[in-house]
Amino acid sequence: MEWERALGIWAEDEMTQPQLHYLGDSALLCSLSAPATLPQQQRIWSIAEQAANWPEVSEAVPGMNNLTLILRRPVVEMDTVSRRVLDIWAHIDTDHIAGREIDIPVVYGGADGPDLDVVARHTGLSSTEIIQRHSSGEYIVYFVGFMPGFAYMGGLDPALATPRRDEPRLSIPAGSIGIGGEQTGIYSLASPGGWQLLGRTSLSLFDPACTPPTLLRPGDRVRFTVERTAK
Amino acid sequence: MMEIIQPGMLTSVQDLGRPGHRRLGISPGGALNSLALSTANLLVGNTVHAAGLEITMGACEIRFTTDTRLALTGDDFDAHLDDKSILPYWSTPVRARQVLKLAPTGPHSVQGIRTYLAVAGGIAVANILGSRSTDLKAGFGGHEGRALRKGDRLPIGTPDKMMAGPAFGVRLPQWGVTGDHSKPVPLRVLPGPEFEQFTVASKNMLWQDKWRITPNSNRMGYRLAGPGLERQQHHDLLSHGVMPGVIQVPPSGQPIILMGDAQTTGGYPRIGVVIQADMWKLAQAPLNTQLQLQPCNLEQALHAWEEQQTCLDDIRQALAGLPHARQYPK
Repeated sequence: MEWERALGIWAEDEMTQPQLHYLGDSALLCSLSAPATLPQQQRIWSIAEQAANWPEVSEAVPGMNNLTLILRRPVVEMDTVSRRVLDIWAHIDTDHIAGREIDIPVVYGGADGPDLDVVARHTGLSSTEIIQRHSSGEYIVYFVGFMPGFAYMGGLDPALATPRRDEPRLSIPAGSIGIGGEQTGIYSLASPGGWQLLGRTSLSLFDPACTPPTLLRPGDRVRFTVERTAK
Repeated sequence: MMEIIQPGMLTSVQDLGRPGHRRLGISPGGALNSLALSTANLLVGNTVHAAGLEITMGACEIRFTTDTRLALTGDDFDAHLDDKSILPYWSTPVRARQVLKLAPTGPHSVQGIRTYLAVAGGIAVANILGSRSTDLKAGFGGHEGRALRKGDRLPIGTPDKMMAGPAFGVRLPQWGVTGDHSKPVPLRVLPGPEFEQFTVASKNMLWQDKWRITPNSNRMGYRLAGPGLERQQHHDLLSHGVMPGVIQVPPSGQPIILMGDAQTTGGYPRIGVVIQADMWKLAQAPLNTQLQLQPCNLEQALHAWEEQQTCLDDIRQALAGLPHARQYPK
């Protein structure tokens, strides 16, 4: 019975039910209550994967603890899509979301990592220890945004957290790896930015001629490996 | 081929954009006034998906090296093909070596700012990730991933269907020459997910005050100036997907309307979202235009969108019935 099923979903686990809100006339925002957790985020990746195949949905964009579904046409299918999201949310299978493992070789310090000293001063750790801690973590790509291929990753050792620079740099080379607050990330394109730079990778994070065009995708597990430490 | 003699302030290759890659951080981009570009394409016998040029503030000069057909839509910059005047929303045959010239905007102009140029067969730059649009921020697509420069040469595609015969025009659709921007431009807005978090005074000001488009505006976003908007509580939001039309309110309290090249995710509260059917007005509005934001509901948004689609369909059907539209011999 449809109503029983609907009631069942609500009773089963209220925390996992998203709040739905239309975002303009052609998108539906599904947001979960805090705190953001990995299981919740895995659910978001799974729903995004499925919803992207629905005929009404043009794109499914995971955010942090939320999901935005962009519809093909304004308004028309908002109700249909809302019902379907609520229907599958609690039951979606997240087991297959293992994520790929991606190693990113980094040259730490030197001209490519000019802020290693700043991070050392702020955290009270030696450069060697910063590099050791940064390269021993496993990071999970929660979502990709800001610029093509820029991954928002969780998993930074809290001891490494360092505030952003007061004055953003006007141009940071592509592949630069930095710390901004409690996050670490890789600049996928040359751009202005305020993160504290630890090093740089020679891997290409975004190449529009490739399929898929970005190295990192939501759900991937990332490790930084020490290619070398520059002086 | 088309050869750029003068690109004007900002001219780029655009089509209807590059949807499908937002989850990888890639913006949809595309013509800011998609209705105008679609109409221009239909007028020269293309599908709406062909690539054309988005020309900002006129002052653009282009030489054709082949026979083709062109249409200009959006705002009128007193265009001439050699010495013959070209009206907006007209389809005009072009001969090789003719030069199209758009005049610059006057110093105290109240006219709009964007013109769209379509040519029969479309601009045949490479299709990258499903689109020929230029992503100016990420530096790919279009012609070498950048705005056009003097001396650039753009290939013109082979049309499936060549429209023969003399020039003809369509009656100006509503997204045509927008005219007098000295008056406030009405924009219909749906309340955003964080609308209720704003103070009562801020919610009232959003609808009652005028909002000026500041010079610090571009294809990524329009920064507005007006009274400061404030939330009742200042907690941070987690990053979320955004799209063109979203009105963000950063801590300064001065809202930003996201445009086609906006990044795919953001973190500022969304007080409202401009309905899709009104985005063309922003595309055409010059800097310092005053905006009057008007609350609206989903039903009205849908109605407005359907009206525009009907208008495009009418144009498509009328053109299909033209006696001189014939299949191009293969």
